[in-house]
Amino acid sequence: MNPTPSIMSPPSSTGRFGEFGGRFVPETLVPACQELESAFTEAWADPIFRAELDSILKEYAGRPSILTECHQLGARLGLRLLLKREDLNHTGSHKINNVLGQTLLAKRMGKKRIVAETGAGQHGVASATAAALMGLECKVYMGAVDVERQALNVFRMKLLGAEVEAVHSGSRTLKDAVNEAMRDWVATVESTHYCLGSVMGPHPYPWMVREFHRVIGREAFEQCLERIGDVPDVVVACVGGGSNALGIFSGFVDSRARLIGVEPAGGAAVGRGQPGVVHGMRSYLMQDEYGQVSEAHSVSAGLDYPGVGPEHSYLASIGRAEYPTVTDAEVIEAFQLMARTEGIIPALECAHAVAWIAREAPGMQGQTILMNLSGRGDKDVGQMMGILG
Amino acid sequence: MTPGLDRLETRLRASRAAGRKLLVPYLTGGLPGWTDGVRAAAANGADVIEIGLPFSDPVMDGPVIQEASQRALDAGATPVSILEEARSLDVEVPLVVMCYYNTIHHPGHRRFASMLTSAGICGAIVPDLPLEESGPWCAAADSAGLSTIMLAAPTAPDERLPLVCARARGFVYSVGLLGVTGERTSLAATATALARRLKAVTDVPVIVGVGVSNAEQAVEACQVADGVVQGASVVRRFMADGADGVGDYVAEVRQALDSHR
Repeated sequence: MNPTPSIMSPPSSTGRFGEFGGRFVPETLVPACQELESAFTEAWADPIFRAELDSILKEYAGRPSILTECHQLGARLGLRLLLKREDLNHTGSHKINNVLGQTLLAKRMGKKRIVAETGAGQHGVASATAAALMGLECKVYMGAVDVERQALNVFRMKLLGAEVEAVHSGSRTLKDAVNEAMRDWVATVESTHYCLGSVMGPHPYPWMVREFHRVIGREAFEQCLERIGDVPDVVVACVGGGSNALGIFSGFVDSRARLIGVEPAGGAAVGRGQPGVVHGMRSYLMQDEYGQVSEAHSVSAGLDYPGVGPEHSYLASIGRAEYPTVTDAEVIEAFQLMARTEGIIPALECAHAVAWIAREAPGMQGQTILMNLSGRGDKDVGQMMGILG
Repeated sequence: MTPGLDRLETRLRASRAAGRKLLVPYLTGGLPGWTDGVRAAAANGADVIEIGLPFSDPVMDGPVIQEASQRALDAGATPVSILEEARSLDVEVPLVVMCYYNTIHHPGHRRFASMLTSAGICGAIVPDLPLEESGPWCAAADSAGLSTIMLAAPTAPDERLPLVCARARGFVYSVGLLGVTGERTSLAATATALARRLKAVTDVPVIVGVGVSNAEQAVEACQVADGVVQGASVVRRFMADGADGVGDYVAEVRQALDSHR
């Protein structure tokens, strides 16, 4: 008898997770996406590639990341709270897992240059870092609004040798940075790899990026068994495009654990969107009555995105994961709560997960909650100084 | 209608057979006064006119058409309002729309097809809908009698081009360069190279667009291709000088193409 296939299996040959995903790109990019798909498929099945990536993740990024129990905050909320510490990776977030995988692959494909989009700047910093390590040229597109609110990360990228271009079109945030990175790629596709930063975009990106982040869930699963002898009751992560969430969900998707992806109220693609097509994929999307993509509004630049990765739309459609929202005010409160009770400053993105846990704690008394702390909050301190006075 | 050969294609083949190079100006719908721009293009030698339906995230467009799209959206234009205005256009020249796929996906394939036909539109160019994803829209367009103009790109391997051409109706849009729409100082070598590759595998009219920036470049492209799209060069003139700017420019390109027969 064959074992039941995982809910997180590879997508169909057309890149579909259920009815979501696909490859909605200009003709110019179709051969590049096909080439990337076969290069990734081959590399991912190659033990030498896997060993090389594992070695870089260990020796350079600092994996495995630890599991920290929040004794004070847990006691205060009446539950057991475990953090998967992706904030302790080199460059300060989970983004490095994907970027090291993609840049290693880009080199294997003979590409000399990468382009990337960034919201909060974490993916941009990770891309600039990996490009420096691997000897690749790197250009990062960032919305002009985000360039302003994440000035520190802009400087870090430049220090690492990347070129940063502020994008002034549309909402001047992450969505527009993706547009501009795609326009660059359309013009430079022969020499350039588009290092997309989340589980979104055209096939094979949503699948490939998820695979590069599986390491989060794999480690967390083993660490939970060791620490609590069981899977947690609830697994929580914030969701913009959704890469850190899929990373940690991957370890528990076939278990009994509840899976919670927390979206910002102002960028709730699953919560408030309808199926639509933008950035190469069919997925839930915030849009108006004519299909114009809405502008997201969130205090967190990394979640300020009107779409979501297609596999999240699939997990929502089959009821396997839930996608509640929290408000900016709840997030700002949660940001301070974690800092004061645990001595950990979370990224504003992750503060969404903290906010949901704090709000829903009364209904989860005595339960064990695993949260992916996908990034550290140092980058947000300047912005919070402005907000908190 | 001849099976396998739609109205638009029949018309364009006849013009080609008469020795005429095909001129396809593009104008962003919804810009204030845009219908006058379309009339001016029609009166000055256009063979087909492309009406852009502005989209919030135009990934295939460069700065000029991005700006035009944003201006149209800021002026309150919607696909519905633009098609409503298009219906009132009393021009003889066939009209097609250029729209991103979500504009079709949102109302649904069949409903969008009927929106186009009732506005008197005869075809659609969908730059983010590649061959592999085009099935459901093409089926709806075919049964509504609309031509789906497929794009072919310089990056396509040889074996892909006949597949694209087989699915193309009206004409094949031969993408002139690696990059987004916009004017360039010279015609890219890829423009004639791809047109030549397409002409070798298809009898469907081959029209070069993206990066064909003036009359001289149009003539150069038409040494191989059956015609050219004029996008950013038309839109820029419309935004600066209105319908007269469009009329003068289309007449200039028309004359250049005719004098190089």
